[in-house]
Amino acid sequence: MKKWLQFLVLITSISATSALLASGGFSDNSKQAMPVVANAKWKTECSGCHMLYHPGLLPERSWNKMMAGLDKHFGENASLDDASRDEIARFLALNSADKQDNRRSNRINQSIAAGATPLRISQTRYFTSKHDEIAASTFKRKSIGSAANCVACHQAAEKGDFSESQIRIPR
Amino acid sequence: MRKAYLFLALFFSQQAVAESASSLLKKYELLAKQESAAFVGFAADKGERFFHAERLHSDGKKVSCATCHTADPRKPGKTRANKVIEAMAISVNPQRFSDEAKVEKWFGRNCKDVLERACTAEEKGDFIAYLLSIK
Ligand code: HEC
Ligand code: HEC
Ligand code: HEC
Repeated sequence: MKKWLQFLVLITSISATSALLASGGFSDNSKQAMPVVANAKWKTECSGCHMLYHPGLLPERSWNKMMAGLDKHFGENASLDDASRDEIARFLALNSADKQDNRRSNRINQSIAAGATPLRISQTRYFTSKHDEIAASTFKRKSIGSAANCVACHQAAEKGDFSESQIRIPR
Repeated sequence: MRKAYLFLALFFSQQAVAESASSLLKKYELLAKQESAAFVGFAADKGERFFHAERLHSDGKKVSCATCHTADPRKPGKTRANKVIEAMAISVNPQRFSDEAKVEKWFGRNCKDVLERACTAEEKGDFIAYLLSIK
């Protein structure tokens, strides 16, 4: 009897999933993936030294802290004139992980303790849980450099797309 | 005939490129004169030495302009975060030194990163003179 019930639950959940897939439920980008965002200042000023990190990867308090200390940014001087800094800070805050409603941003946000303000996406619990099978030596490869270089493995990272079909680890 | 046009076009475009770097050099020349009465003019060989000069940063690491821009300015360099930096030699990358605000922004950052102080106008001019001289 119990077995029979389990089987029924399994069947209904499978058919529900396929119905959802068929109706395009999972391809609804507004829920699954991070939305496309654009700001010209952000694009030129935040992509000179590394890939462009999508604002939906960190909560607002992290971006605010980062933008307030650009002269000492991970050991480098990334300072900007006040007007550019303020415009970019507003853009990042508006599109930050805690202002977004997509699965990825929500999960990143949930993995950060309320009292914590991480400046690295690569040190959030969400990131470490998704990459625990990758050896430290892989991140150090010449073609990658560090865990911060998402785009080396996630071809569409700058668009906020980290789906599995877009992953290729370089040699 | 076609060739002559092509040559002319090439000549003028090269001219325009050299123009923006040279007008920037004129500005730095005025500033350099204000900064030091002993200033006599920019020199590509001084710029070359400046580009390669290694310095011990207070964080314990050796660093020079060549650390990121590579020892050969005709070649692309790499940032610490592993992103490609287009070549610095103006003959290879005509975009260089065409946007004054961009040039000042990066001199501001990189001089502090490497020298832990701002660059003088003379150092900036020598640096550009060197990158202009590379064929
Ligand atoms: C002068 C160079 C430079 C500029 C300009 C710059 N950064 Fe960075 N950034 C770095 C370096 C170096 C790192 C550390 C990279 C590493 O660990 O491999 C870094 C790391 C980061 C990280 C952490 C990545 C991670 O998860 O580990 C974020 C986020 C970031 N930068 C955002 C920005 C934003 C936003 C801007 C524009 C306001 C910006 N950066 C401009 C040099 C720069
Ligand atoms: C060395 C290559 C590499 C780098 C660098 C890297 N990743 Fe990944 N990432 C992977 C691989 C491989 C997976 C798939 C892991 C799995 O499914 O077991 C993954 C998975 C993910 C996932 C989950 C995808 C999913 O749908 O389950 C996210 C989100 C992600 N990475 C974000 C990032 C971010 C953000 C960065 C940069 C801060 C980054 N990654 C840097 C290789 C990399
Ligand atoms: C930590 C890495 C790093 C070091 C060291 C470095 N630079 Fe740069 N530099 C960059 C990056 C990144 C850019 C901007 C990327 C681009 O324009 O392609 C840049 C751009 C520039 C530009 C802008 C040129 C233009 O018109 O496009 C100047 C000028 C410059 N650097 C001067 C220097 C000088 C002088 C030194 C040595 C005192 C130096 N740099 C050392 C990373 C570095």
